[in-house]
Amino acid sequence: MINLEWMAWTAPTATFFITIGVILSAMTTWQLIAPSPPRRGFLPLTTTPGDRLFIGLLSSAYVHLGWLGFTDFSIWFALGISVIWLIVLMRWG
Amino acid sequence: MDKWEDNRAWWLVVPVFLIVAISAIIPLMTVVNYSVQDIFGPGQRVFVGTEWFKEVLTDRRLHEALGNQFLFSGLVLLIEIPLGVAIALAMPKQGWRASLCLVLLALPLLIPWNVIGTIWIIFTRPDIGLMGVAINGLGLEFDHTAAPLDAWVTVMLMEVWHWTPLVVLLAYAGLRAIPEAYFQAARIDGASAWATFRYIQLPKMRGVLTIAVLLRFMDSFLIYAEPFVLTGGGPGNATTFLSIHLVKMAVGQFDLGPAAAFSLIYFLIVLLFSWLFYQALQNVGTGDKR
Repeated sequence: MINLEWMAWTAPTATFFITIGVILSAMTTWQLIAPSPPRRGFLPLTTTPGDRLFIGLLSSAYVHLGWLGFTDFSIWFALGISVIWLIVLMRWG
Repeated sequence: MDKWEDNRAWWLVVPVFLIVAISAIIPLMTVVNYSVQDIFGPGQRVFVGTEWFKEVLTDRRLHEALGNQFLFSGLVLLIEIPLGVAIALAMPKQGWRASLCLVLLALPLLIPWNVIGTIWIIFTRPDIGLMGVAINGLGLEFDHTAAPLDAWVTVMLMEVWHWTPLVVLLAYAGLRAIPEAYFQAARIDGASAWATFRYIQLPKMRGVLTIAVLLRFMDSFLIYAEPFVLTGGGPGNATTFLSIHLVKMAVGQFDLGPAAAFSLIYFLIVLLFSWLFYQALQNVGTGDKR
């Protein structure tokens, strides 16, 4: 077994990376089975599902940072907002 | 649908993916892990959740460094891009003079970054440096180690001297690629020099200038070696840019948790701007086609 102690893993960060990994794998499989052509939604640019995922994840990171920087509420609210935003973006973006 | 049936070429990307995984993804994952813990030493760590992010986001020194960084990168673009284009326009079009200009302009680009800092320390010294002595000789007080404004002027001069040649070379290549027929047509129409620049040369240089803006923004945003050697981030915190602040935190104070949180925020800023510039680059010229 490889010793990963130096990477200082914690349960929340492991869950985070596993979730990202699962989303990427699922998206790759989905695109291999049924490729989606680039399209234009409410975003001002033509995007593929991969582009929308990237935009969604990046903007979610900023939502979390903004939440931490400007409010004292629980970070779980930011996660909820991000998940809804990601779904809206993937569907209509 | 044909192109989806044979994906074997993707296997050729595997070595690159492995190298990127070892050199970038795994270290980045480690940084994410560090950012949610207080690290005391090997095997000694405590989970602190989002505390470091909160601390870093409300840190006045970070805001100061971020402000310095945006001001610096903004000034770099405002000065280097127009200056680079102006020099490229003034350069000889062909012959040995053109070759000589290109060689002379490329020289600053060949010097290692930390050496650049040392050169400018000596050049601007008030007692023996050519520039320092000359400015003091005019009756103006100049000392980049004591006055914040002087430090900024020196860092900006060094940056402009070092990197404007890159913009010149890119703009010059863009200008040389414009077919002569455009200029003949402009002469026949009696276009002024300004009109020729505005309606022929500038639009034709749009691609190379976008690359120049991208490169200069990214490089100036990540600047470390030159100001570190020249001013060390001082006087006070006047020229402390993001990377200098980060290194002080991580290596100087060994605050690995906050430094990791800070690195991630820095990474997200760079990622956002890279993406915005990438989009701009992708959409260059598409307006004409519609």
